[in-house]
Amino acid sequence: MYWQREIECMDRETLELLQLERLQATLNRVVRNVPLYRQRFRELGIDPYDIQRLEDIRHLPFTTKDDVRQNYPYGMFAVPLRDVVRMHTSSGFTGTPTVVGYTAGDLRRWADLAARMLTAAGVTQDDVVQMACPYDLMSGAFGLHSGAERIGASVIPSALADPRRQIRIMQDYRTTALVCTPSYALHLADTLDALAANKTSLSLRFAILGSEPWTEAMREEIEERLGVAATDHYGLSEITAVAGECLERRGLHLHEDAVLAEIIDPISGAPLPLGERGELVLTTLTKEAFPLVRYRTGDLTAIDPTPCPCGRTFRRLARIPGRSDDMIIVGGVNVFPAQVAAILAEAGLGQVRHQIVLEREEHMDQAIVLLEAPESFCTDSIKKSQRLMENVRLRLRTELSVAFAVRLVEPRSLPPGAPVVDDRRSR
Amino acid sequence: MRLMVRNLDVFYGAIHALRRVTLHVDAGEIVALVGANGAGKTTMLATISGILRPRQGSVRLGERELTHLAPEAVVAAGLSHVPEGRRVFRPLSVEDNLRLGAYRRRAQRQAIAEDLERIYAMFPILRERRRQPAGTLSGGEQQMLAMGRALMARPRVLLLDEPSMGLAPLVVQEILNHIQNLRQKAGLTVLVVEQNARAALAIADRGYVLENGRIVLHGTAEELLNNHDVQRAYLGREREEACTGSGR
Repeated sequence: MYWQREIECMDRETLELLQLERLQATLNRVVRNVPLYRQRFRELGIDPYDIQRLEDIRHLPFTTKDDVRQNYPYGMFAVPLRDVVRMHTSSGFTGTPTVVGYTAGDLRRWADLAARMLTAAGVTQDDVVQMACPYDLMSGAFGLHSGAERIGASVIPSALADPRRQIRIMQDYRTTALVCTPSYALHLADTLDALAANKTSLSLRFAILGSEPWTEAMREEIEERLGVAATDHYGLSEITAVAGECLERRGLHLHEDAVLAEIIDPISGAPLPLGERGELVLTTLTKEAFPLVRYRTGDLTAIDPTPCPCGRTFRRLARIPGRSDDMIIVGGVNVFPAQVAAILAEAGLGQVRHQIVLEREEHMDQAIVLLEAPESFCTDSIKKSQRLMENVRLRLRTELSVAFAVRLVEPRSLPPGAPVVDDRRSR
Repeated sequence: MRLMVRNLDVFYGAIHALRRVTLHVDAGEIVALVGANGAGKTTMLATISGILRPRQGSVRLGERELTHLAPEAVVAAGLSHVPEGRRVFRPLSVEDNLRLGAYRRRAQRQAIAEDLERIYAMFPILRERRRQPAGTLSGGEQQMLAMGRALMARPRVLLLDEPSMGLAPLVVQEILNHIQNLRQKAGLTVLVVEQNARAALAIADRGYVLENGRIVLHGTAEELLNNHDVQRAYLGREREEACTGSGR
């Protein structure tokens, strides 16, 4: 099922022509309307006129989150405020807030992108869609909400209702599609267990999950415990919807008619060949109020150009395991906390609570993974537990090239939500 | 067959009239190129039809490269241009004006007679006025004559330059209906250039907005009609808002 078949299955030649036309028009508009771009291009002697091919975009400077912060609130808007019909502001954990504006046209296009993604994830006009998302913090919730309405589905904005009420709503209204974060989906599964109910009391068929990194192991668990097909999607409040999985679940189709994606080396900024892993950089192609040129997302991924059996021609992003600013460097090796989590899960420890501790002794980095001892260790044979621990150590060393020490700690002794403790600088 | 214009750069003497313009028109599409007077719209059509030479860039129809062809070779390749101001030959009769459009095929008398018949079927008023000097026609009739003359070359793509200019609103509507018919009945692909953005976007599938020789917006006709920039600059929306007090 497609939402906009003629776009989603467009041949690559037509798509690239469309991208070039939209890129050139976007550049002409930002130079005219956004002082940051006008000044920066002038200083660097860049005329958007020199962009003749899509590849030429590499000659343009990056836009960063700092640029967006420094031009707070309205400096990056490309239309007068009277044309802006909605603004999403984020308080930002690291200080200065950001704000993104949308014209009526931006909202319409955003809803279409979300409708496309939801359709690819299985949602139709016959579905009851429960939006268990924090609308205040997650602008993506608004996009998905409008997209589901655009499709004609029945939408329940259950937002932050407590988990038991969420379950009750699902049961009473026979919710068929759940939109939330992957960790919240697991939390709902736990709640279902606590209520001594099971998935057969629900009518769920699809879970549309995103807004945080998650693993294939989590997907399996969610699909099994809630009885759904779970798909991933990706977006940024600065850009809106960027990519979403189809039911093939082999990576996220980029909305290539709306964003131009590049993968760069996060250190040197140089573009990387198609298929290689690096930082995702995005240029908006259709946004009116808040266009961005070569925006550094801080997210690490790769673009898969191989055709997808679903028939969509848009390329796919690999699942995003972590942000480049989460990245830790141990003895010169890059590691993402989510990679450690994935290895622990795959080694048979499930979603075990753990913490990565980095220390420095005599100028040498020491990396330790603290694990809350799983309950099975009390009942299993010592030999079996030791084998499991050894296996974890071995996989961490061979797959991440870091010799992590692995230590067990008391169950429920680690603080939640602090996967990395870096003590190297405090010494 | 797709008309494709890529990175077109055109100078009018020292004036840089078109700055790296890329656009396309797919087979069977009606695409509008809108913009203020002097934005480069007419230059665009004149370059596509071989009257002006681009400094850089290319024009292609399907696989065929048209960039450096003479105007008559462009017509032979399937593109006909209906110029601004209609340019009918005022002392000649309507039918003689039409025959001029088949100048290239003057030996094929039978085919020409058929084409005349086809055009009269499309524009019955021209049949009624076939013996009259073209100069005695109304503005709308002259526009139909100019379009009919272009059709005598049996084009696949029609380039229309300001077809609504100087016409009364009702007549504009009639011309727009004819353009839609050309697509529906004759399967033509149309690139129409207009200052009257509302009229052009009313019949177009997609549109491009040209400003100072650069494309600044591109979207479906509906998107452009709803775009505030377009409304302010080309649709006269601001004044309406001020009158009704609905403006912010």
